[in-house]
Amino acid sequence: MNAPSTAADFAEPSIPLSARGPAPVRIVVAYGFWIFLLSDIIMFSALFASYAVLSGQTAGGPSGHDLFELRHVGIETLCLLFSSYTCGLGVLAVERRRMKGFYVAFALTFVLGATFLGLEVSEFARMIGQGAGPSRSAFLSAFFSLVGLHGVHVSIGLLWMCFMTGQITVRGPLDFVRRRLLCFSLFWHALDIIWVALLTMVYLMGAR
Amino acid sequence: MGKLSWDAIPIHQPIPMAASLFVTFAVFGTLGLVTWKRWWPYLWREWLTSVDHKRIGVMYVLLALVLLLRGFIDAIMMRSQLAIAAGGAAGYLPPEHYDQIFSAHGTIMIFFMAMPFMIGLMNFVVPLQLGVRDVAFPVLNAISFWLTASGALLVNVSLVIGEFARTGWLAYPPLSELQFSPGVGVDYYLWALQISGIGTLLAGINMVTTILKLRAPGMSYMRMPVFCWTALASSMLIVAAFPILTATFGMLLLDRYVGMHFFTNGGGGNVMLYFNLIWAWGHPEVYILILPAFGIFSEVIATFSGKALFGYRSMVLATLAICVLSFMVWLHHFFTMGAGANVNAFFGIMSMIIAVPTGVKLFNWLFTLFRGRIRYEVPLLWAIGFMVTFVIGGVTGVLMAVPPADFVLHNSLFLVAHFHNVIIGGVLFGAMAGYNYWFPKAFGFTLDKRLGLISFWCWLIGFYLAFIPLYLVGLLGMTRRMQHYADLSWQPYMIVAEAGAVIILCGIVATIAQLVISIRTRERRRDRSGDPWNARTLEWSTASPPPGYNFAVLPQVKSLDAFWSMKQQGGIALPQRYDSIEIPKNSANGFVTAFFAVVTGFALIWHIWWMAILGLLCAALTLFAFGWIKRVEHEVSGAQLAEADRSRLRGST
Repeated sequence: MNAPSTAADFAEPSIPLSARGPAPVRIVVAYGFWIFLLSDIIMFSALFASYAVLSGQTAGGPSGHDLFELRHVGIETLCLLFSSYTCGLGVLAVERRRMKGFYVAFALTFVLGATFLGLEVSEFARMIGQGAGPSRSAFLSAFFSLVGLHGVHVSIGLLWMCFMTGQITVRGPLDFVRRRLLCFSLFWHALDIIWVALLTMVYLMGAR
Repeated sequence: MGKLSWDAIPIHQPIPMAASLFVTFAVFGTLGLVTWKRWWPYLWREWLTSVDHKRIGVMYVLLALVLLLRGFIDAIMMRSQLAIAAGGAAGYLPPEHYDQIFSAHGTIMIFFMAMPFMIGLMNFVVPLQLGVRDVAFPVLNAISFWLTASGALLVNVSLVIGEFARTGWLAYPPLSELQFSPGVGVDYYLWALQISGIGTLLAGINMVTTILKLRAPGMSYMRMPVFCWTALASSMLIVAAFPILTATFGMLLLDRYVGMHFFTNGGGGNVMLYFNLIWAWGHPEVYILILPAFGIFSEVIATFSGKALFGYRSMVLATLAICVLSFMVWLHHFFTMGAGANVNAFFGIMSMIIAVPTGVKLFNWLFTLFRGRIRYEVPLLWAIGFMVTFVIGGVTGVLMAVPPADFVLHNSLFLVAHFHNVIIGGVLFGAMAGYNYWFPKAFGFTLDKRLGLISFWCWLIGFYLAFIPLYLVGLLGMTRRMQHYADLSWQPYMIVAEAGAVIILCGIVATIAQLVISIRTRERRRDRSGDPWNARTLEWSTASPPPGYNFAVLPQVKSLDAFWSMKQQGGIALPQRYDSIEIPKNSANGFVTAFFAVVTGFALIWHIWWMAILGLLCAALTLFAFGWIKRVEHEVSGAQLAEADRSRLRGST
């Protein structure tokens, strides 16, 4: 075969993917957002490492065993994981232009996310009420920072969800709006991944 | 107003007051000049709101050059203090001021000189070398730059209002905890670096996506110029390392602001956690800086030898090996802190292993020069100066990777000499090589060669004079960060080092003179070919300065050194057909968001809570508002592109 010379030749399947020229915008945006999520997970990993180092440092105060209520955390987990499912359904509904389905799915996602956040805040309030606030010991500093950072992410996700719903209502499912929706759903799923690690390492291992 | 009061202005301390007056006059003088000359509309339209990767790259480099001056003033003040303050003499800087100076010097030189310089060159060069029109996310790119500039601004505001950290460039706790540093200095340090760190992280994400997803048709991975490979490796390290820095500083901030116990002495805190985390970022950071410099030297040496780079594949492999290994050596920064013999041995050996891929690179450069048609232009001199200097720095580094030797040398001036040897001899020489090499591409005229040579020789000689004495006096036992010393036998070394700093000052003056004189004589130095060095890679195939869209038609890449093979086959053929293209319009997003970031940062430093909330809210609203409007692009028609190309070719013949 001759060497490729025009742009059309480069789109040939015989040309390796890496040599076919700039990727389409949708791929570029999603890929860039994946890289961002990886960096976010690395930030969490630094806090996970700190929690692992400090989890035994209770400075004479309460430990995880004294504080964690697994039933409470179990409901939180169910809310968050199920919200990921409804979020996925919402994005699929937009792809199929079923806007009613999108609103139902995203309303559910928002309610579940907000419930998760409310439960988390109530847990924090209870612990602070018991005198186990973030400045009580290094263990509690690490606990509140790690879980709280995840909570901050969920809050940002809820704001983003409102923004996306508004934008899709006003502008319709344009290309750039759907690309953002894709990023949002990646973000929301990533919060699940982090939560699963958090549930295991902080609550399940800590409540023993 | 939180902790802020009139006491924050250093009226009773003559030296800080002079410094703050100087900064105030410099800033307001510049603003006044811009207003008087009515440059604001031009600046706003062409620079402040630009999302063009080339403009952003130039602004990064400008920021780096300005802060090089600031960091150098700190340096020469320290050298002067140490040349005087021996035995009974106290010198002219009191300890609390001296401590701020060395902290600011390190912080500025790494975060606001070396980083913007390298990111600026990557920003400018990488899309051009890849043969594409911009980075993956142009608006994000502007946000990244302006956040970096915000951090730099906050560090310099600390000169005028309040104080800077006295805790060294990495703010080790427990010294940096509220108990021992109750002032705002550490807060200036932390918030400035948090804000600029977000900018750097976003720049890294942008660059990785650009290199992996946007390349001209035909440019497979093994046809990418080496500089793109090193930019990729460096950006991957940014993505992997900067989040650790953000998390670490976040924890220290929580300790300071909310009374948590991550790194405190009491409450179960653990300072070793901080050392491990900060160096898990800090060692990759060294390679974030040096890898792009290696890329620049590869381009410069190949171009000025008139040969393809020797061992391209081994060069790529060595780059990626360094990229991975850089994450496995962090503990060598604190061998003396009780990790035990086995752990120290592991990290010592890993550190020595990094010398292997680096050695591969050096031999590749030597073999590229070997039997080449060498042209001793300014960029090549910086490259050769680097090769000699960097080997010395590398050897002293391997020496300190031996844990028992490190127990003697830890925290001595030997260490200070070592890392200046690799950072000046590596990163700064690389940045200067890149600056001289790509300047004609950015502005369409060459830099003055004679002043370029003077600048190079002053830097090279000044460097050796300033830092070889530090090696020696370090071996004699002088530790770092001393404001005064009793042993008079060290003073001659310190005086020689001061002389070295003065010669480096001449180099800096020559660099400024080179820029000024070249601009004034630019009509004579105009380069109409777009390829003044007879170079090899795609950035030289377009006009100088390149049009906003870089390439009217994306080049078709058929080999490594794509532009060189085009020239071998009779030059660039004019495309038969021009399709219309879309380029992104300017956006004020970056500038406005960064403005509110500065407001928020300043408010947090001074505990002005209402202002912090307001600033954060405004920044979020800005992002939302810009996110709401559809991204506007403006179209350049095929006919316009064809006309621009034709008039360029008429001009160059």
